[in-house]
Amino acid sequence: MPEKPTTVANPWNHLRQLTPARIALGRAGASLPTDAQLDFQFAHAQARDAVHLALDTDALAERLEQAGFDSLQLHSAAADRNTYLQRPDLGRRLDEASTATLDNHAAAHPDGYDLAVVIADGLSALAVERHALALLTRFAEQAAADGWCLAPICLVQQGRVALGDEVGERLRAKMTVMLLGERPGLSSPDSLGLYFTYAPKVGRTDADRNCISNIRLEGLSYNLAAHRLLYLMREACRRQLSGVKLKDDAQMLSVDDDAPKHGNFLLG
Amino acid sequence: MAGYSYSVGGTTWRFDSLREVMAKASPARSGDYLAEIAAGSDAERVAAQMCLAQLPLKRFLNEALIPYETDEVTRLIIDSHDAEAFAPVSHLTVGDFRNWLLGDEADEASLRALAPGLTPEMVAAVSKIMRVQDLILVAQKVRVVTRFRNTIGLRGRMSTRLQPNHPTDDGAGIAASIVDGLLYGNGDAVIGINPATDSTSGICELLKMLDAIIQRYEIPTQGCILTHVTTSIEAIARGAPLDLVFQSIAGTEEANTSFGINLAMLQEGYEAGLSQKRGTVGDNLMYFETGQGSALSANAHHGVDQQTCEARAYAVARRFKPLLVNTVVGFIGPEYLYNGKQIIRAGLEDHFCAKLLGVPMGCDICYTNHAEADQDDMDVLLTLLGTAGINFIMGIPGSDDVMLNYQTTSFHDALYLRQSLGLRPAPEFEEWLAKMEILRQDGGRIQLGEQLPAAFRQALERMA
Repeated sequence: MPEKPTTVANPWNHLRQLTPARIALGRAGASLPTDAQLDFQFAHAQARDAVHLALDTDALAERLEQAGFDSLQLHSAAADRNTYLQRPDLGRRLDEASTATLDNHAAAHPDGYDLAVVIADGLSALAVERHALALLTRFAEQAAADGWCLAPICLVQQGRVALGDEVGERLRAKMTVMLLGERPGLSSPDSLGLYFTYAPKVGRTDADRNCISNIRLEGLSYNLAAHRLLYLMREACRRQLSGVKLKDDAQMLSVDDDAPKHGNFLLG
Repeated sequence: MAGYSYSVGGTTWRFDSLREVMAKASPARSGDYLAEIAAGSDAERVAAQMCLAQLPLKRFLNEALIPYETDEVTRLIIDSHDAEAFAPVSHLTVGDFRNWLLGDEADEASLRALAPGLTPEMVAAVSKIMRVQDLILVAQKVRVVTRFRNTIGLRGRMSTRLQPNHPTDDGAGIAASIVDGLLYGNGDAVIGINPATDSTSGICELLKMLDAIIQRYEIPTQGCILTHVTTSIEAIARGAPLDLVFQSIAGTEEANTSFGINLAMLQEGYEAGLSQKRGTVGDNLMYFETGQGSALSANAHHGVDQQTCEARAYAVARRFKPLLVNTVVGFIGPEYLYNGKQIIRAGLEDHFCAKLLGVPMGCDICYTNHAEADQDDMDVLLTLLGTAGINFIMGIPGSDDVMLNYQTTSFHDALYLRQSLGLRPAPEFEEWLAKMEILRQDGGRIQLGEQLPAAFRQALERMA
């Protein structure tokens, strides 16, 4: 005799094709069934691990070197992850050793650069490990073809977005691009964000930056992200600005189609 | 202004201002450390609490934490203070006010009458010397009931906001989450979408869709698109069917400026909403969201601790007779509320302060993946807020908001609380759930239908 099932499935399971939301999970009593409960716990564990994973800058520097990039290793003023999480102000500044590294480099290269590329852990070192080099490689090919001069790639531990502007300023770069791990979502532990500033300097705000987010396999492709960044660089140099005033034009390049795609079955 | 001091354990602790006493008396949280206003030691914190406990409540009417001249929220608080309502407790110190609140004299009727006589600073102050059980015991003495198309906040009931967010506002994707929520008995506080778009035409389309669903299935609830108040005003002007006017608010004028609002704009939004006359059982139609840390994050806290700033936001809220006010407690991140312990306490403080001020409080019991918190912490806060008499919580598929990337309470979570505490939805919605053969509740026993309700069968078969 078959045993009585311990869970009740939802007869609207087929709606799952319409949304990434966790619908039609079924129920045990009125609670979450064991499978759904453990799926959630695993997704959360992955996201938590991504937040706390340390960025291995030595390994990344080696991979960069193999790909033909020089790099500098830097650290923010936030000594460790717990400090980083509670003191965003420290994550936006370099520590003393790092400012010395950059200033020494700048003294030896007084002509500066077109672009400083900064790679920081942000809130997901996993995103950096998976996507930063691949994106950079695609971007650098195009950048070289366009004749842009890149500073050594700066690798930053415990870094936040605004720190990229200080790096650019110290290296006398005309522009900064910061690649860093975004806050992990349950379904996106490895999403890379990109922030672009023209004429970087300490004190720039979000309004001065352009953001390209959700760079990952299931999100925005490397090619499209690189393409949009190059567009931003050209436009920023032409108009000598970045941020909100560049935003609308850059979005024209987006392939994201925000318009509703399906008819609404509830109202059909 | 003379300073404040308190001697205990052989040390005399000095505080420059009432603002400093309040900040140092606050139970520890990361945002106050970030602002560099927190107590320097545990002993200093308790000394500040002792100092605060002996201050008369009246002091808050005479020493503004943020100057009257430069802040319209302070002006609102002082100018709308009802001295007559305040009279029963006007002779008390903060410490005695705690005792009074815990005693028999403080009951539903006396607390309701007292609300206009209390200022946010007074309730914030007393909350700082209360334990979790005090915050619960006092809050559950009083209910704040509001009405639009149903009745929210009655004793023994708890409502849910159905939050069917989708990363690209796809209509069918949103509808799929709405079906999921309704069939799990959620959605009586509001069906409220955080839109991905900020274009007015996109907002109008979403409003039309929500309105059509609510009408087609005759759901006794209201819809809301959580967009800026100016966009809602514009949508009304374009003729879109808009039930609730939404806005995020904060407790200082400068923080509100950073949100692109002021009191006059909120008044304009409120009047625009009223002009639609869409409520059937009442005309509470504002939906506000708040959260500790918003003033600090806008660098607009004026040295005032984040919990007091938050309570001041409730003075803004109550001016506009809202249907729903929601403290989004763990969304802001660990630099303001570091871990489960801080989030739990903050949620209970916010609920307590709001209820004493006469504000219909709900809570987005939530966390982000970079906070030191997990589902267990949320279960604790959910259970405590249910016990304290929270008006409403969020309901989202599987706790995972795929648009805002954070975790809040699920449809299932609401049913857990209904079973454990015997809490039922708003009466009009409860009746609808029964009529539709979705859910019946008898005390803590919940009976969910195993078949698709007839009204939804056709629509769902269309998609199969």
